[in-house]
Amino acid sequence: MRLEPRESVSFWLVLLAPVGAIGVALVLTSGLIMWTGESVFEAYGHLLKGAFGSRFALTETLTRATPLMLTGLAAAVAFRARFWNIGAEGQLYCGALAATYLGTGLVTLHPTLMIPLLFVGGALAGGVVLLLPVYLKSKLSVDEVVTTLLLNFIILLFVNYLLEGPLRDPMSMGWPQAAAIIDEGVLPRIMEKSRLHLGFIIGVISAVMVWFVMRFTIWGYEIRAVGHNPSAATFAGISINLTVLRVALISGGLAGFAGVTEVAGLKGYLTLDLSPGFGYAGIAVAMLANLHPLGVIASAIFLAGIYVGADSMSRAVNIPNYIADVMVAVSVLAVLVSLMLTQYRVRVR
Amino acid sequence: MTVLDIKGITKSFGSLVANDNISLTLSEGEVLALLGENGAGKTTLMNILFGHYVADQGEIELFGTRLMPGATDAAIDAGVGMVHQHFTLADNLSVLENIVLGTEPLTSWKSNTAQAKIRLAALAEEFGMHIEPDKLVADISVGERQRVEIVKALYRGAKILILDEPTAVLTPQEVDSLFATLRTMVARGLSIIFISHKLHEILAISDRVNVLRRGCMVGEIATKDANRDSLAEMMVGREVSRPKVEHMEAGAPVVEIDNVVVSGGRGHKPLLDGVSLSIHKHEIVGLAGVAGNGQSALGDLLSGLRAPTSGSVRIAGDTVKDYSARSFIATGIGRIPEDRHAKGVVGDMTVWENMISENLREKPLWRFGRIIDFDACREFSRNLIEHFDVRCKTMEMPTKQLSGGNMQKLILARTLQNEPRFILANQPVRGLDEGAIAAVHERLLAAKRAGAGVLLVSEDLDELFALADKIVVIYHGNISEPLSVDEVTAQDIGIMMAGDLGHGKNLNRAGVA
Repeated sequence: MRLEPRESVSFWLVLLAPVGAIGVALVLTSGLIMWTGESVFEAYGHLLKGAFGSRFALTETLTRATPLMLTGLAAAVAFRARFWNIGAEGQLYCGALAATYLGTGLVTLHPTLMIPLLFVGGALAGGVVLLLPVYLKSKLSVDEVVTTLLLNFIILLFVNYLLEGPLRDPMSMGWPQAAAIIDEGVLPRIMEKSRLHLGFIIGVISAVMVWFVMRFTIWGYEIRAVGHNPSAATFAGISINLTVLRVALISGGLAGFAGVTEVAGLKGYLTLDLSPGFGYAGIAVAMLANLHPLGVIASAIFLAGIYVGADSMSRAVNIPNYIADVMVAVSVLAVLVSLMLTQYRVRVR
Repeated sequence: MTVLDIKGITKSFGSLVANDNISLTLSEGEVLALLGENGAGKTTLMNILFGHYVADQGEIELFGTRLMPGATDAAIDAGVGMVHQHFTLADNLSVLENIVLGTEPLTSWKSNTAQAKIRLAALAEEFGMHIEPDKLVADISVGERQRVEIVKALYRGAKILILDEPTAVLTPQEVDSLFATLRTMVARGLSIIFISHKLHEILAISDRVNVLRRGCMVGEIATKDANRDSLAEMMVGREVSRPKVEHMEAGAPVVEIDNVVVSGGRGHKPLLDGVSLSIHKHEIVGLAGVAGNGQSALGDLLSGLRAPTSGSVRIAGDTVKDYSARSFIATGIGRIPEDRHAKGVVGDMTVWENMISENLREKPLWRFGRIIDFDACREFSRNLIEHFDVRCKTMEMPTKQLSGGNMQKLILARTLQNEPRFILANQPVRGLDEGAIAAVHERLLAAKRAGAGVLLVSEDLDELFALADKIVVIYHGNISEPLSVDEVTAQDIGIMMAGDLGHGKNLNRAGVA
C-alpha cells in the first residue's frame, strides 16, 4: 500500500471528505457503545434527538456552539499564519474579565452602545495578552506554543484571585463570583423561551468577516503567505513581525469575544467555571474545519451537538457522557486522515 | 556482466505518460549517464526502480533476479544506493550517526559505534574520500555532505550507485574530486548511473549515454562517439542556440557598495569584510567564488534583507537608509533569489498570487482600502505569463507544481516587469535545463541592453564567462578588483577562488574600468 499525490483535487471531494470522516468516526465509536451493552442505534438516536431533535435541543446546541465558533476562529486564523496560539482559554477569560469590569456598573449606556463597548473591551483584552508572546517570539524566537499555553494558567489563577478578592460580589454569599452584568449590557435573546442569544449571530458574522479578510484582502494574502513560507514572504517584502502581530490581535480578539458572549449572553456573571475548556475545544473545531473560517461555523455546531447530545444520551441510556470527548477526538483524527486522502490517493498493489 | 536490466517500463499518471517503454542495461564497472531535461522522466524511472511507484508495464532485473515491483526495500537490499539531489541527511546528527541510521536493528539496546567507525574508516580509505565521522552534518560543507551520502550508500553495501544531479550544488573543485572518487569506485567493480543534464560533465565521466526525452528513450550512444552539440540536440530535440553577448559602454553606476562589513555574529569572522563594488548601467558583473565565502550575505544585503554592520550602499547615487525588501523593490532593485523554492515563491499559493507578490501594494491591484482586485491581478498575471512564456496549465494551480524552469520564469517576470535599474541574479540557472537556461540568459541580456546593471552570482564559470563583462572573485568575505572577461582565463579565476585575490593584479589590466 502506498500514497500517490493526486494531480487535481475536486471541489466536491474536499467538501465531502470531512462528512465521510465523521461517518467513519461514528462507526468507530460505536464499538465503545456496544461494549457497554447498549444498542448502538438507540444510543445514537438519543444523541441525535438530544442535539437537534427538538426546538429546545437545537437552541441549546446553538448556544453551546457560540463560544466554540469564536475560539475555533481564533485558532483557525492563528494557525493559518503558523502562529500557534494555544492560549484561547486564557484570552477568553481576559475578554470575560474586561466585560465584567466595564459591564458591572463602571459605565451605564444605552444597550446599542453598551453591548459594542463590551465586545470592543473584550477583544482588546484578549488581544493585549498576546502581545507578550508575540514580543518574545519576534525578538527572542521564544516558541509561542509554550508561552501562550502557560499564560492560560497564569490568567486563570489571576481570575481566581480576583474572584476571591477584589471582584467578589458582596451579594454572592461567599461564592467566588463577580457581580452581574447590568441589564443594559446583557445580550438579548434571539428566540423566545430559549437561551440562544445575540452572541450566536456575532459568531456567524465574525466567521464571515474572517473569511472575507483572509480571502479578499491584502492582510489575508500576507497572512497566508507568511503561514505557507515565511522566508519567501520576507523576500517579497512582507513583514513577518507585523503580520504575526496582526494575526495575534485578531486571534486574541476573537477569543476575547467568546468570553464576552459567555459572560454577557449566557451566565450573566463571571465565575471560574465560565468555560469548560472552550479555548482548547476551539483547536479541535478549527482542525475539523481544516482552518476554513466558514467551515468553523459547521464544525462548531457539530461539536456542540455532540456535547449537548451526549449529555442527553447519558440520561436516557447507560452510557457516560465522556463518550462525547472520545467522539470528538476520533472525529478530528478521521478528518485529518481524510484531508490527507484528498491530496493523495492510496494505491494497493 | 549485466547488473541492472530495465525492460520496457511504462508508467503513466492520468493522461501524462511519464515513462514510455523504457529499456536500459547497466554493466559491471560502467558509468552510464542518463541525460534528459527536467520532466523527461528520469526521476519517475528511478522511483520505479526503488519501488515508490509501480510500473504499468515492464520489469526490472537486478543481478539476474527479477525485482518485486513496489517493494521499497527490494532494490536497496539487492545493492542499489541512491544519492539524491536534495540530500537526505539529518543536520542535528553527526556524520557517523547519519550513516548508521536505519542500518541497526530496532530491538538492540545500544548502537555499536566503535565497529561502525572502523568500517566507515575502511570505506573512506578504500575509495579515497576524506570523512570526519564525529562532525555534525550541520557544520560540514555541501561537498562533504555529498561524500557522506555516497559513503552512506556504500555502507549499506551498494554495488550500483545512482547519482541524481550530483554536481548541481558543487563547485568546480568539488566536481573534480567527486569524479576522482567515482573513477575509483568503477575501478573496483561498482557500477554507476549518473543522472544529469550538464553535457560537459557527462562527456567527462561516463562510458555510455542514454538520452530521455518526454518519457521516451530517444537514443543511446557511446560517450567516445558523442560531443556536446550532438548530445544537446538529442536531449532537446532541436538545435540549441546560445544567446549572443554584445559589449556595451558601461554608464553611470546604479549600485555602489562602499566598504561594507557584515558581521557574522559574536565570535565569528565577518561574512563581508570591507567589500567595495560598483555595478554600472549596461553592465553584467559576474561574482565567482566557492560557495560559503559571503555570497549569501552579499545577496541578502542587495535584496534588502540584511543591513550592513558598517559601510554603505548607494542606489543610483542615493545612500540607502531603509534596508527592507519593500524599499529596495521600490527603488528599482530586482532580485532573483538563490533558492527559488525557499525564498522565491510560496509553493502552496497559486501562480497568479506569486506573480503579484512584489506589486501587491501597487494601486491597480487593489481598491477600497485593502481589498484585492482579483480581475486586475489575473489580468496582470496573464500578461506576464504570456510575455515571459511561463508554461502552466492554469494560473490557479499551486506554484509548487511548476517545473524549475517555469518557476524561474515566473520570478523573472515578476522582477523584470518593474523594469529594475539593477538586478541581483543569484544562481539564476541552477538546476535548470538547457532550454530554460537560454531563456533566463536572454532575459538578463535584454535587461542589460535596456540599461540595467546586473550582478550575476554563479558557481558555474562557463556561465560567468559567457555572460559577464567583468568578473570579481569573493573569498572569505573579501572581493577582488573587477577583471575584464577578455583579460582573464578560467585558470586565473580558479587561483583567485582558492584565496589568492591579488593574483588578478599581476595580469594585464588594460581596458578594465
